[in-house]
Amino acid sequence: MEIYWLLGIPLTGGTFLALWGCRRHAPEINALFSLATLAAAAWLTRRIIEQGPLTVGDGWFFIDSFNVFLVALTAFVAFTTALFSRPYMRIEAEHGRLNPQRLRLYHSSYQIFIGAMLLALTTNNMGILWVAMEAATLATVLLVSLYRTPASLEAAWKYFILCGVGIALALFGTILLYFAAEKVLGPGGTALLWTELDGVKGELEPTVLQLAFVFLLVGYGTKVGLAPLHSWLPDAHAEGPTPVSAVLSGLLLNVALYAVMRSKVLVDGALGTDMAGNLMMGFGLLSVVLAAFLIRRQTDVKRMFAYSSIEHMGLITFAFGMGGAVANFAALLHMTMHSLTKSAIFFAVGHATQKAGTQLMDDIRGLIRTNPTIGWGLMLGTVAILGVPPFGVFASEFLIITTAMHDHPWATPFLLLALGVAFASIFGKVQPMVFGETELPKLPYQPALTPVFMHLGLVLMLGLFIPAYLADWYRQAAQLLGG
Amino acid sequence: MTLTYHLQIVNLLAALLLLISFAMLSQRRIAGLITLFAWQGAALAASTLLVAWSTGQHHLYYSAAITLVLKVIAMPWYFFHIVRKLDVDRDVEPMINIPTTMLIGIVLVIFAFNLALPISELSGTVMRSTLGIALATVLLAFLMMITRRKAIPQVIGFLAMENGLFFAATSTSYGMPLVVELGVALDVMVAVFVLSIFFFQIRETFDSLDLKHMEKLKEK
Repeated sequence: MEIYWLLGIPLTGGTFLALWGCRRHAPEINALFSLATLAAAAWLTRRIIEQGPLTVGDGWFFIDSFNVFLVALTAFVAFTTALFSRPYMRIEAEHGRLNPQRLRLYHSSYQIFIGAMLLALTTNNMGILWVAMEAATLATVLLVSLYRTPASLEAAWKYFILCGVGIALALFGTILLYFAAEKVLGPGGTALLWTELDGVKGELEPTVLQLAFVFLLVGYGTKVGLAPLHSWLPDAHAEGPTPVSAVLSGLLLNVALYAVMRSKVLVDGALGTDMAGNLMMGFGLLSVVLAAFLIRRQTDVKRMFAYSSIEHMGLITFAFGMGGAVANFAALLHMTMHSLTKSAIFFAVGHATQKAGTQLMDDIRGLIRTNPTIGWGLMLGTVAILGVPPFGVFASEFLIITTAMHDHPWATPFLLLALGVAFASIFGKVQPMVFGETELPKLPYQPALTPVFMHLGLVLMLGLFIPAYLADWYRQAAQLLGG
Repeated sequence: MTLTYHLQIVNLLAALLLLISFAMLSQRRIAGLITLFAWQGAALAASTLLVAWSTGQHHLYYSAAITLVLKVIAMPWYFFHIVRKLDVDRDVEPMINIPTTMLIGIVLVIFAFNLALPISELSGTVMRSTLGIALATVLLAFLMMITRRKAIPQVIGFLAMENGLFFAATSTSYGMPLVVELGVALDVMVAVFVLSIFFFQIRETFDSLDLKHMEKLKEK
């Protein structure tokens, strides 16, 4: 029952806002729908914690501790982003960058995007998972080009074409998966159900599944932003409106990685080798190193943090690739931390760039003077994402690196080098933005920074102390992923 | 006996599909490209229908109907409509390296057949030998997307790729489950709609649909 609310609310929200979205109170309505989605997600989460994994609606939906954790995270960040976008988009409209029609498009697409991601997370059917991922891409294409500037149009086109090709490869992977499954389970709807596939994974044809996983990894990996298929990501993040950057970075990348992980569990079962894990480690490590060195060369603040997202997604992919209870636990924890911290950073960056009227880091100076809350928000967010204790990112990165030292010592130097380079470049660039000298006047309005400190507070709390039930929850999810 | 007869027609249609892919690769006029896309859809619908009839896979009738309505009638009509509205229907794309593109295309076809070999050996369908052609269609569409510098041909390349994938699903396992196929068709429809909005935005901003204006975002 909860599941229908969870998917129904954003969908209704999307339709409602498409029809009445140019009203004055559309931003509030958007936030209300997101709050209702969060409530449904919380309800569902409680039920899963109490009753364990659940199959709903004739096996169409399947919820276990792995995806319910992502459902909760998605609904939460979607809600706080809606809160942040309320004043932010209003000011953008006052600056003349948006008109009521575009705001309507924005609000409607936002809800549909959230709905599509939740569908991708909860569906049991690998084919529907593909359909929902593609729907999430399509919902965001027009959001990236919302400002209609030449650069934003180019970014949106690149986003569509690259992710379109990527996702076409994932479709071929799904076709191959169905081909292998149909031999065991017989033709028809059940052959793509993940729970059914999981039951017979040992009997699936290894050669076909091997090929299927390569296509699925490359396909969904394009959306995760894994190097060398990442080139859409910095453009889309830098040119789209900031709330969109926050949800793309904090949520969409996770959902794409979720799709890869669901496939990995099947392939591991069928092959009995580390082939899937090794591929993921390779792509992950390449992304971490490449992104860390590209961060150094960035001048645009949103672009820089987009590269930082590639770096962190690479790290998570690497950890999932290593497999095993500890690495999976660390990867799940890092997924949570990265989502919360990165979206908080984008909120702070959004206000900073809105005030300075530019995204160039050289032109943003002295935030601590013009608006201390934005300044501190950005500084604390940056410190948190760079993995400084006591923030939670430190805990998850520490776990990942110690596991890597133990299981794959050859990878540790690369990881440490990349993290070091990223630390030096990001900190060196953010420091003058926050503490530098400036002649700019104070901010005329009160920024919406509650979400920033809410997220950072959570990250800090999880860094110091993980409640027992949450740790159990992560442990269960880590177990499910095996490896 | 009839099955082998049908099979020969399916193989003929598959060959036609590949031929159309090559024709698309070398077609410079946008209007001609849309017509070729419609023909590709028609070949696809006809082969799906024939497979449905000869093997008794009832859900393939629906797939064939969706393909016919969507890819042979609705989308080409919509594209012609947009092209007229944007006033680019007589546009000719300057492409200098057609022979080279064709040669790369032939290499891709050989590669596709090699890639398909181990899979089609495992397949139990009557038309397993056509998987190579399906893959070749996907790769040729991919090549077309890379070589084109204009927005509409790139999108047609994207749709041709989807055609190839659809054909691959039919030839390995008589199509995907119907729900998934419906979902994919819905996504493709939404994609075309979103992109047509996008064409007008690009046109409004750049005054042309040439993507050479859109190469500013690069790593410095």
